[in-house]
Amino acid sequence: MNPDTILPIVEKYHNRRGSLISILEEIQSQFGYLPGDALQVVADKTGKSLVDIYGVATFYRAFRLKPRGKHLTSVCLGTACHVRGGPSIAREFEDQLGIKCRGETTPDNEFTLETVMCLGACALGPVVVVDGHYFPNVNTGQVGSIIKRTREGLDRVEIHEDKRVFPVEVSCPRCNHTLMDAAHLVDGHPSIRVTVSYGEEHGWLRLSSLYGSYTVEAGSEIPMGTLAHFFCPHCHAELLGASNCIACDAPMVPMVVRGGAIIQICSRRGCKSHMLDLETSTVA
Amino acid sequence: MIKLKMNGVTVSVDEGSTILEAAQFMGFPIPTLCHMEGLSPYGACRLCVVEIGEGAKSKLVSSCTYRAEEGLTVRTSSARVVRARKMILELMVASCPQSKVIQDLASAYQVRQQRFRQEHETCILCGLCARMCSEQMMAHAIGFQGRGDHRALGTPFDMKSEKCRLCGGCMYVCPACQLRCTYTQPEQAICGGCANLSPPCLEKVQFDDMMCSMSPCVACEIKKD
Repeated sequence: MNPDTILPIVEKYHNRRGSLISILEEIQSQFGYLPGDALQVVADKTGKSLVDIYGVATFYRAFRLKPRGKHLTSVCLGTACHVRGGPSIAREFEDQLGIKCRGETTPDNEFTLETVMCLGACALGPVVVVDGHYFPNVNTGQVGSIIKRTREGLDRVEIHEDKRVFPVEVSCPRCNHTLMDAAHLVDGHPSIRVTVSYGEEHGWLRLSSLYGSYTVEAGSEIPMGTLAHFFCPHCHAELLGASNCIACDAPMVPMVVRGGAIIQICSRRGCKSHMLDLETSTVA
Repeated sequence: MIKLKMNGVTVSVDEGSTILEAAQFMGFPIPTLCHMEGLSPYGACRLCVVEIGEGAKSKLVSSCTYRAEEGLTVRTSSARVVRARKMILELMVASCPQSKVIQDLASAYQVRQQRFRQEHETCILCGLCARMCSEQMMAHAIGFQGRGDHRALGTPFDMKSEKCRLCGGCMYVCPACQLRCTYTQPEQAICGGCANLSPPCLEKVQFDDMMCSMSPCVACEIKKD
């Protein structure tokens, strides 16, 4: 942690009385938790004792001293959930995840387990909330399946059933050769095959042709967050659009959709930004 | 000067003094665990409750934090006060049974049974040690952390504190953990305080890095075995 990132936050409050909680909130919004070094910097700069700052940071539930895992699992122990078996569900989660319900995080950084004192959904009790998804009337037998479903991804759509997911056929905007590979299926549909390069690496990449699916297969695993250059496997031209991703500012990769549209996908691995432009039928 | 009536005796005390100070001046005994001269009043242990007011308007207040008022009627050992103190002591015996100070007080107040779930805490959260550390030793090395049943006293992150000079003032004033660690010299122990065989520090992850000025100490001896 760099103290220079903390200093502006602390100085902004001019050491006013009652500003400690605001300072801690801002530090937490920056790091996702309160690093110990950051508390020391706050103590040095405000002249307050580290003991008092630590006392405030541990008193409020809103503050965390350890980074949180990918999935926040909250088991309700409010009165209604408590009498319907909330504590045994909390214990089951503790046993299956191997961590305690005190905001601990699994070693693989996947789950953070905590208990809450009422979610206001007492009629659904006992309630478990994972990443904003409510699981009503939970019993201990369902705990395993909740963990399993969370690992698989709670926001995952059922490709075969969801009407928002449909297959597209795309071609290279330069040579107009189709990019579809009917011999190799991804998600049960012909895949889109392109050549990619990033850093010193070159290889192939197969994208799902389903609009709304982010399934990809690659010759070598592309690290998350890497910017890749996309090439047409036929004319070897780089697929490079004029616009940048609205989410991460990486260049967008254009492909022509049969039927007259341009689809642009973000060239950053892991970024799900994409857009379908139905107005333009050719690339400028 | 303020005039008040204490156990039927008219007392005059300086403005700003507390009921506890007035009672001590007059020689009426009031038990306390979290009060110490030279440290700011805290009102945590509630043992110093007294009854103020008349008839239906009378109420229990902690005398260590209540300032003397003109014309106040105070009863320091009425039946109601004694009943309250007995309950407090019973609860303390339930949570910190190995404390000699608490045992003696409970005995003096004729607490003959303990009806609650027996715990073996080593702290009554009176905050004497934290006040000693910051107000007398000017170190401010230990303080409260957590909340509810996780509330505890200690250094930030349970790590060795640079500010602590290992003066031992915190242990000197502590009513609960006195003589907890006379493991290697049992003949110096008065009350079998060392019978607490699971010191709380043993469960901490950073055991080796923790603050401790006790040497030898029961926790370290257990850890060695």
